[in-house]
Amino acid sequence: MSDAEETIPIKDEYAIVAARSAGKTISSKCGFGLVDQTRISTAISELARNILVYAVTGTVYIREVAADGKHGIEVVAEDHGPGIVNLDLAMTDGHTTGGGLGAGLPGTKRLMDEFDIISAVGEGTTVTVRKWL
Amino acid sequence: MQGAYDKIPVLKIGDFLITSIQVALHDRLALGLQDDILAKIQETNAKGLIIDVTAIDVLDSFITRVLVEIAKMANIMGVKTVLVGMQPAIAITLVEFGMELTGIQTALNLEKGLELIEKIVMAEQE
Repeated sequence: MSDAEETIPIKDEYAIVAARSAGKTISSKCGFGLVDQTRISTAISELARNILVYAVTGTVYIREVAADGKHGIEVVAEDHGPGIVNLDLAMTDGHTTGGGLGAGLPGTKRLMDEFDIISAVGEGTTVTVRKWL
Repeated sequence: MQGAYDKIPVLKIGDFLITSIQVALHDRLALGLQDDILAKIQETNAKGLIIDVTAIDVLDSFITRVLVEIAKMANIMGVKTVLVGMQPAIAITLVEFGMELTGIQTALNLEKGLELIEKIVMAEQE
């Protein structure tokens, strides 16, 4: 198994472009088709933007993963920002506190196979998403 | 990596403005395009606007919102917008994600987009 992996520090808008382009490269290397590559890159773009908008800085990790005989890609978006006060609300379509479309997290979840979010107010947020081949 | 001074050209052909996004769009570039298009509309008295997204491989919610807003602003200035060249993978992702291109007309490619914008502008003049 090859181990394509990339760590992208998110500190400005150019990092969002770098993160989604890394997502495209790694997902293509993993063997995903064009539509899945686009889903994955879009999800990465949303997660990276959330970091920039809500936490200002953070990190996106993209890696090839294997588990239970499955093979795929994992993206972890981690920040030490303010955290999310109401997770249920943040996962509701149409809700936004950041001036966006309000589709960021629920939309990202729909594009991926697995979606986990851990957030603590005052400590930060970690979103982990996976897509399997 | 692209610099902040990158610019997307906005061309005038007849009564229409055409812009083709050929680079990875970062936020400032998208907002700069918005300003350039509105300035060009005023300067040229254009009647229609075509935005070609054939070369775009990822459309996230921010860029989508900027495109929708460009069309809304152009409309307020009396100019109709047609978005052309949407890749199938992007169309699938937009719909699954839940992003809506409210208020933007679309066409398969530049040729069909020109036909459509001519029809829209002609209907407006009648």
